[in-house]
Amino acid sequence: MEDIKGAGNSGDGQEMEDNKGKFLNPTPILDELEGGQWPSFITGFKELGERTEKPMIRGVLDQLEYSYKTKMGYWKGGMVTVKGYGAGIITRYSMIKDKFPEAKEFHTFRIQPAAGLHYSTKMLREVCDIWEKHGSGFMNMHGQSGNLQLIGIEQDKTQECFDELNQAGWDLGGAGATVRTAASCVGPARCEQACYDNLKVHEKVLKNYAGMTHRPEFNYKMKFKFSACPNDCANAIMRADVALIGTWRDSIQIEQENVKEWIDEYGEDALYEQVVNMCPTKAISHKVGTSTIEIENKDCVRCMHCLNVMPKALSPGKERGASLLMGGKNTLKVGVNIGSMMIPFMKLDTDEEIEEFIEQMDEIIDWWDDAGFDHERIGETIERVGMKQFLEAVGIKANIDMVVRPRDNPYYKKKYDSTAD
Amino acid sequence: MNAPTERTWKTIESGPHTLEGALHPVVVKNYGKWKYHKLIKPGVMVHYGHSGDALYTVRAGTPRQNTVDLVRNICDLADQYADGFMRFTIRNSVEFMFADESRIEPLIKELEEIGLPVGGIANCVAPIAHTQGWLHCDIPATDASGVAKGVMDNLYDEFKTLEMPNKVRLSTSCCSINCGGQADVAIVVKHTRPPRIDHNLLSTLCELPKAVARCPVAAIRPTIVNDKRSLMVDEEKCIVCGACFGACPSMEINHPEHSQFAVWVGGKNSNARSKPQSMSLVAEGIPNNPPHWPEVNAVVGRILKAYKAGGKPWERMNEWIDRIGWKRFFEEAELSFEIDMIDSYRHARTTFNQSTHVRF
Ligand code: HEM
Ligand code: SF4
Ligand code: SF4
Repeated sequence: MEDIKGAGNSGDGQEMEDNKGKFLNPTPILDELEGGQWPSFITGFKELGERTEKPMIRGVLDQLEYSYKTKMGYWKGGMVTVKGYGAGIITRYSMIKDKFPEAKEFHTFRIQPAAGLHYSTKMLREVCDIWEKHGSGFMNMHGQSGNLQLIGIEQDKTQECFDELNQAGWDLGGAGATVRTAASCVGPARCEQACYDNLKVHEKVLKNYAGMTHRPEFNYKMKFKFSACPNDCANAIMRADVALIGTWRDSIQIEQENVKEWIDEYGEDALYEQVVNMCPTKAISHKVGTSTIEIENKDCVRCMHCLNVMPKALSPGKERGASLLMGGKNTLKVGVNIGSMMIPFMKLDTDEEIEEFIEQMDEIIDWWDDAGFDHERIGETIERVGMKQFLEAVGIKANIDMVVRPRDNPYYKKKYDSTAD
Repeated sequence: MNAPTERTWKTIESGPHTLEGALHPVVVKNYGKWKYHKLIKPGVMVHYGHSGDALYTVRAGTPRQNTVDLVRNICDLADQYADGFMRFTIRNSVEFMFADESRIEPLIKELEEIGLPVGGIANCVAPIAHTQGWLHCDIPATDASGVAKGVMDNLYDEFKTLEMPNKVRLSTSCCSINCGGQADVAIVVKHTRPPRIDHNLLSTLCELPKAVARCPVAAIRPTIVNDKRSLMVDEEKCIVCGACFGACPSMEINHPEHSQFAVWVGGKNSNARSKPQSMSLVAEGIPNNPPHWPEVNAVVGRILKAYKAGGKPWERMNEWIDRIGWKRFFEEAELSFEIDMIDSYRHARTTFNQSTHVRF
């Protein structure tokens, strides 16, 4: 098999025959993923490989083919960064570089896109050009945390590539024990439900924490996510240590003529089945034969259901802001944590109000720095140390909205004077 | 050899890219002043501003693992139809927005020509949120991109039609950390054996105290093997989570046969109607069988078929199950409840039935 390009690979004679004139080596198992109707990443990779003839692409596809055959992964981590930073590049060396020397290095840039993943073609084309010049040309859009991930570059090209990206307005995201790249829903850019300008807050907060994004100094990672209403399209509550979710405090705005239009279109039965009966707190009422609805706003828990069903007739109230929930994370290690309510309502309209939020976060991060263990997410620290201790330490007032119900056991201790008899 | 050229650029720690210049002019004009939206057909919606402006959105699925070539093709379409702008959803779809209704059909045609299906809005199957897998991760037991491709091939029609009771969000993850996230249906690797330890290399590759501390059940202890410092695992205690492998590559948790798949259902982030909820284990011991993962596909297919037939409009997976009960869910999805589906970890008792409520 001397003529296998870039060494390695396991193709048989027939495959070599079929592959004449091609730059890439045969990848019969991966080729199976070119069938079917859903867009195939393998087809994309192969076309790019044939066009650019980058050895790294050939090596990586060979190694991926080998993984599909052996059902094992072959990357190991390491430490590659750019000057002044300690995070943002995910380092990958092949563990089987003797077999696939062209896959020897395959590092990833995590790039922070604009909030809400909005792009102009000018911005994206610039990234494509810089990335094709220095890297593999593979672009992961996007990572689960919200990074634009540029996959596949060699260490000696990282600084130059970063410098060009940075000049074009891009910066690296987080990795390891840092503030991580944040995520936002589409927000006020194109959604009528948006209750605060999450895109602006995202940009301001992450710019403020840029230093903590680039240099791992925490116990562990800290993720921010910004959804502009309780529909939580950014999946903040279970994926972010810090979830800022839009809400409102006054009454839902109703336009009865549009309620009527809805009933005329879908019928009164549908109004009962899909709106009235589905309100989790039975806050909505309707009198048979009329074409209006009433909402008891004191009972409404701002779940969004009725607004989703009748967006033309119902809108969030006018006094808008956000709730702060903290501690969301996935399984490792204590199990899934859903974020819990810390501040039920904050206004975030003005720069001062956003500053106040950042100051509150600074205080919380300071506490976590001191109280947390290595590799402990903030929700785990709060649970271990105690919610009461946490609230007192960071100056948040206890509030009934923080709990599903008051405690059912008597084992708490008041402050007492131990010197008195 | 040439001397390296002096680096002249000074890094700007700018954080996220600015939104300035990234938004469509109609978006800028109506920012924060949208009134309502309407679904026009699968993958196409219109938003109306208080100004009276209409903004059309066409959404298309992508392979997520894109290339510069595909991204440039998308940019070409955005230049031609969306005035040079686009955005991406958190489930990897691309959205083109524009004010001219007559562009909808030609754009859809061109998208389908380059293989990007239009759909994924409202009550249908949205693209899978998934992880990196064998392509790039250092701890994966599978290739999430491949699983996602295989599952979406099967659910292609469900992406392009509006026949589900409500949205269906899927995720795939190549280890139990589950970077793919909580979802209506999640396909997640499940290890079934404790790590296999390479005592020869361990002390050179790993910081021992770090690996010891990583274990959630304190199953790892220092030891000496063949005169080398190493670690051992109390296999009785070990919960096969794989946490140690992330800290120490010599504690290999992955195995071609013993790393399998589990399927979880009922995860929901949104607050709409029911509260956000984490997902529950409903199928396990499913082989990791590339490149098409037929066994995974069969389970996911049965679950979605049952939900599609039984769910009422607006009921998400967890809400449908709440209504009919878990027992009937297992029947309708033709799955069997096994003893390991009873929680045995922290807070386990909160999932036990502490009442006489039973559906006979
Ligand atoms: C060293 C091994 C790891 C690798 C290679 C890895 C890789 C990744 C990648 C590529 C992403 C997407 C990032 C992005 O969007 O920019 C991600 C997200 C994520 N990672 Fe990891 N990760 C690792 C370790 C961990 C650990 C130890 C945990 C658990 C504590 C974890 C939990 C997550 C979660 C939950 C997400 C989704 C986050 C979100 O929704 O924002 N990962 N990981
Ligand atoms: S979270 Fe709310 S505001 Fe944001 S996109 Fe979803 S529905 Fe709109
Ligand atoms: S938002 Fe939810 S809780 Fe409030 S009235 Fe509508 S359906 Fe009921």
